[in-house]
Amino acid sequence: MRARRHLAPSAAVWLLLGAAYFLIPLLATFLFSLRQLKTGHCCTAASYTWVIHNGEFWHTLKLSVELALETIAISLVLFVPTVYWVHLKLPKLRSVLAFLALIPFVVPPIVLVVGLLNFYKGTPNWFYGQPWGFLVGAYVILAFPYMFFSLDSGFRAIDVHTLTEASQSLGAGWPRTLLTVILPNIRAAALAGSFLTLAIVLGEFTIANLALFHTFPIYLQYVNETQAYAAGATTLVSFGITWAAMLSLLLVGRKRGQRAAFLTGAR
Amino acid sequence: MAYLELQDLHRDFGTVKALDGIEIGLGEGEFLSLLGPSGCGKTTALRLVAGFDRPDAGHIVVDGKDVTRIAPNKRDMGMVFQAYSLFPNMTARHNVEFGLRIRGKDRADRRKRVDDLLELVGLGHAGDRYPHQLSGGMQQRVALARALAIEPRVLLLDEPLSALDAKVRVQLREEIRRIQLELGITTLYVTHDQEEALSISDHVAVMYGGKIEQMGAPAEMYTAPATPFVAEFIGTMNRLEATVVDPAAGTVETGGRTLTVEAARSKARGARVLVLIRPETVEVAAANGAGANSITGEVLTHTFLGPVTRVRIAGDGASLIADMPTARAAALPPGSKVDASLPAGEARLLDLDEPLPDLQEEI
Repeated sequence: MRARRHLAPSAAVWLLLGAAYFLIPLLATFLFSLRQLKTGHCCTAASYTWVIHNGEFWHTLKLSVELALETIAISLVLFVPTVYWVHLKLPKLRSVLAFLALIPFVVPPIVLVVGLLNFYKGTPNWFYGQPWGFLVGAYVILAFPYMFFSLDSGFRAIDVHTLTEASQSLGAGWPRTLLTVILPNIRAAALAGSFLTLAIVLGEFTIANLALFHTFPIYLQYVNETQAYAAGATTLVSFGITWAAMLSLLLVGRKRGQRAAFLTGAR
Repeated sequence: MAYLELQDLHRDFGTVKALDGIEIGLGEGEFLSLLGPSGCGKTTALRLVAGFDRPDAGHIVVDGKDVTRIAPNKRDMGMVFQAYSLFPNMTARHNVEFGLRIRGKDRADRRKRVDDLLELVGLGHAGDRYPHQLSGGMQQRVALARALAIEPRVLLLDEPLSALDAKVRVQLREEIRRIQLELGITTLYVTHDQEEALSISDHVAVMYGGKIEQMGAPAEMYTAPATPFVAEFIGTMNRLEATVVDPAAGTVETGGRTLTVEAARSKARGARVLVLIRPETVEVAAANGAGANSITGEVLTHTFLGPVTRVRIAGDGASLIADMPTARAAALPPGSKVDASLPAGEARLLDLDEPLPDLQEEI
């Protein structure tokens, strides 16, 4: 029997309401960003031209993307082997890690940054005074829950023990097992954690502001205060960049997810 | 001299003695099955040989070399696991090739070896498929090819067929044996399935409580169990507790009846013994006045097993089972009065000096 493919009217209404909730603010921002600077009338792409040709926009965006990539790299190097080892050898520690991972959710960023600034006061300037040092350190903490829970779900989806032992029985040492057997099979989870981290770092304001680093969200706030129409354009452009990142995650995840589903079925 | 030796292996997990002084010697090219119920220590023994765990005491020697403290990736042991263990991110071909890459074999050698092995396990056509595109049986064949690719010194198989359906299991176990004989590879096989162990092994070691109860050829294990546990675990056995009455005449007394059992001639008068009788050796006929060495009783149940029917008989305070040709059993439906003759020469006796295991409910 052929399944019904059309949407129930009530479902369509709810869908439209949901879409409107998300799309109306975007549409309003878009229309607002098209207004002329002097008259306030529609329509001009001047704000977008200004954004695209604004060196500060690209500079701060580049900085934030680089900080995000550094955060992702450090987080993966720290957490992939840790979560792997916990799943393999220390399963009782998993609940301890899960508890620790919740702390960044509970501690407000303002408390976190004040604590970190005090804690690291006196450390060398290459760390304390540079976004690559202090800020990334704070971001790794902020990203911990997202990275941990993503990786944890990835490791739960595979038979870590059997894959590791199979690899070892064939002659592989720990590094080779981790890189060629385990990592490819938790790739989707690692990607999910990475993109969540990317999104967090690209949007993080409180810590960067209080620690006096000029990242993309700080710039966005500055534009918002000084140039209303350009702020709308800047917001939409950054929104588009973030969505592009999320879309790529979705595409990669879907491809891997289909394989994982087959795998689960086979078991 | 044995090729693979397990010397006085001990392994405790907390207060549980998983292995309690295991001694095994296996010749080169031989196939040994470790057989026993869950928790008997068979998988622990295999994991120690593979190097995934270390013994608390004892040694593992392969070809005269002590490998007890050698890491698993340096032992050259091929292993096939119970769970599907193929690397999901690699095709069947790349799975089989994995160990060869680690050993630095050149590309042409790798390709030839992988092709040969995939052909050997009957999957020459499926090399480019990913594990999720293979059935359970095919996955275990690839896992076998992968384990064989590295030309291991010992092949270890940890209940590799337990996740497969019955038909595939029988087919694959025969293939495992064929390949093992073809390659002449020393093999240690863990299973809880007695039929599997008896059908493909050169030797079977029955384990219980971390110890080896008996080790021998499959036929020997079936026909001459050395302990009550082995008698109970291998096949189905009628058990009658008895006392030796007259060793010279070979008679024992059980439940008020006197039976002749040839094996009782070697026992002392008054010795407590366990009389073991295989169901297929019990002769059942319509009651005609109990003769010598027979028990008169009533047929309680029939269990159809295909070529034979298992008949449960109760009488004279004893319960017996007998396997009869199905056509003959049909003439003796439940409720029939029958005489069950016990073979004097085929019954075995064991000294009743240890509590009997209660392993399985006979059918």
